[in-house]
Amino acid sequence: MKKKKLFTFHVDLDMFLPASDKDKEYLVQMRPSSTFFKDGMRRLYKNKVAFVSFIIIIIITLSSIIVPFFWPYSYENQLGVVPGKPVDSSFKNLAPFEYGSTEQQKIEAGEKVFPHVFGTDAAGRDYFIRVIYGTRVSLAVGFFASVIVLLIGMLIGSISGYFGGKVDLVIMRIVDIIYSLPDMLMVILLSTVLKLTLNPVIEGTVESIGANIISLFVVFALLYWVGMSRLIRGQILSLREQEYVLSAKATGAKGKWIITKHLIPNCISVVIISAALQIPSAIFTESYLSFLGLGVNAPMPSLGSLASDALNGITSYPYRLVIPAVVISLIVLSLNLFGDGLRDAFDPKLNG
Amino acid sequence: MNSKMLGYVVKRLLLAVLTVLLICTITFFVMHAVPGGPFVGEKATTPAVQAAMEAKYGLDKPLAEQYFTYLKDIVTKFDFGPSLKQRGRSVKDIIFDGMRTSLKLGLIAAAVSTVIGVVLGAVAALRRNKLIDRIIMVITTAFVSMPSFIMGSLLLILFAIKFPMVPANGTTSAGLILPVVTLALYPMAYITRLMRSSMLDVLGQDYIRTARAKGVSGMRIIFGHALKNSLIPVLTYLGPMLAYIVTGSLVVERIFAVPGIGRQFVSSITNRDYPMIMGTTIVLASLIVIMNLVTDILYKVVDPRITLD
Repeated sequence: MKKKKLFTFHVDLDMFLPASDKDKEYLVQMRPSSTFFKDGMRRLYKNKVAFVSFIIIIIITLSSIIVPFFWPYSYENQLGVVPGKPVDSSFKNLAPFEYGSTEQQKIEAGEKVFPHVFGTDAAGRDYFIRVIYGTRVSLAVGFFASVIVLLIGMLIGSISGYFGGKVDLVIMRIVDIIYSLPDMLMVILLSTVLKLTLNPVIEGTVESIGANIISLFVVFALLYWVGMSRLIRGQILSLREQEYVLSAKATGAKGKWIITKHLIPNCISVVIISAALQIPSAIFTESYLSFLGLGVNAPMPSLGSLASDALNGITSYPYRLVIPAVVISLIVLSLNLFGDGLRDAFDPKLNG
Repeated sequence: MNSKMLGYVVKRLLLAVLTVLLICTITFFVMHAVPGGPFVGEKATTPAVQAAMEAKYGLDKPLAEQYFTYLKDIVTKFDFGPSLKQRGRSVKDIIFDGMRTSLKLGLIAAAVSTVIGVVLGAVAALRRNKLIDRIIMVITTAFVSMPSFIMGSLLLILFAIKFPMVPANGTTSAGLILPVVTLALYPMAYITRLMRSSMLDVLGQDYIRTARAKGVSGMRIIFGHALKNSLIPVLTYLGPMLAYIVTGSLVVERIFAVPGIGRQFVSSITNRDYPMIMGTTIVLASLIVIMNLVTDILYKVVDPRITLD
């Protein structure tokens, strides 16, 4: 053993030996490096409330898409009405798992008849499929309305944040004014009128969607982009000033690199989260309008119009109100909880 | 009030006036964009009769002139013209009539929700993570995600039909109980959550610790320091709460048949009573804008730490 000299300039040759197996172990990656997305997914997965809500949303969405394919009844088919025969009123207002007169005969003859799980409504339509279809309509309205809001808000918000100066000033004043308009009243006003003006325009083209739903989309596009564009503008403004952007610039990064590697990834999570939280509020607005009779067109159901129709027979058939009410609350609640979970998982900064 | 504050108030006031004017303009032109005009749906009218009716209501004049007459009448006489469907009554009278009931309903709901919300929120914050806090939070989460029309209908089924304790019809005073409860539940739940988080925030502040260190009693800390300061965020919610109550009253008055302005508004939409729709929209929207203005200014007055921009 050589004596160790403290302040020697001699090189210790031991330090230059090939690495032993034990040394090499330090270099082995214990677990793969985690990306931002993976981290977020892990956090989301751990959040039980958000996870359960996500499963509920998936179940509701899938069943609203799949069930109409194999369900033997359709949402607009009035069961008692057969062409050429008088209307069979025994099909109207059936309680759950009751059957109409001709169905009763079939059962007695040994045939199997698909049960009316939630009974039928006042016009003799199978209520279960109406609820399912109403859920589909409400979800679709919520989803597309948020996509519209997201696109318009992103475009205007990023223009405002990117250009700044006078463009920003003008856009932000417009946003201020639209923001201070009472939204619900404007929605009611616009959809009342748009419905009438749109009807002749869409005749023969997209008539099946109905003027009411289109006017709802127009209203969303006109009024609700302001919140989103404010958010995106604020994000871009604050991100532009961050130190890591400065350091990227200092090390010679080009504008494109900064935008794709720094601005967009840091901005996108906030944007997607607020778009996700927009869906329940759109569903809420749609059901509110349908309840006031301004929503979807007549034979087509939405959860709000089902609840509104049920109000007429509330003393005899309260379950007809309870069912869409439960579905709507479940959708709104789980979307909200899932949105909160997304926010906690992907944007720890926002967590308040 | 310093000059900066005054500048802020003036700026907000101008914005509010501009907004109200914009609302009037949008309402007017949107209503006149409807194809066919208001008398087309009338049964058994000849073109001559229609022309006479349009002349009577001034609909034959150029649009710009109609617009300025309409604005002038609102500003000088608070006159929104006659109702087209309720013959012989002016929109102003109908609005005043409905407002009496609706204001009563809305104010009681606002008061109830604020008081209960503040108390529940404070209790939840002081008993943080205890059983009572958990219960309060679960219930308020459920209330926040339930649309008002569903809440109202369920209450109607439960307390007026299954277990008839209160009348289902909102025309009497006792009949206002359910509408008030329906309207108050959402803001109450919201205020509870707001109050809880702001109270928790305040309880963690340095001045509370200082007060504790000085030996101030628990009660005095809560009532003298914490409660007052944690009320500020609740104050900012007053404007949005009014907007909620106004829009909520549209459905609540429909469900419980309350003879208020909300029901008039909804029925005027289905009847296509244009002057009525315009008048109601303008009055309700202005109410919301004014309330938001008052809230914002009050917020700045109460808490001088807030920076004005």
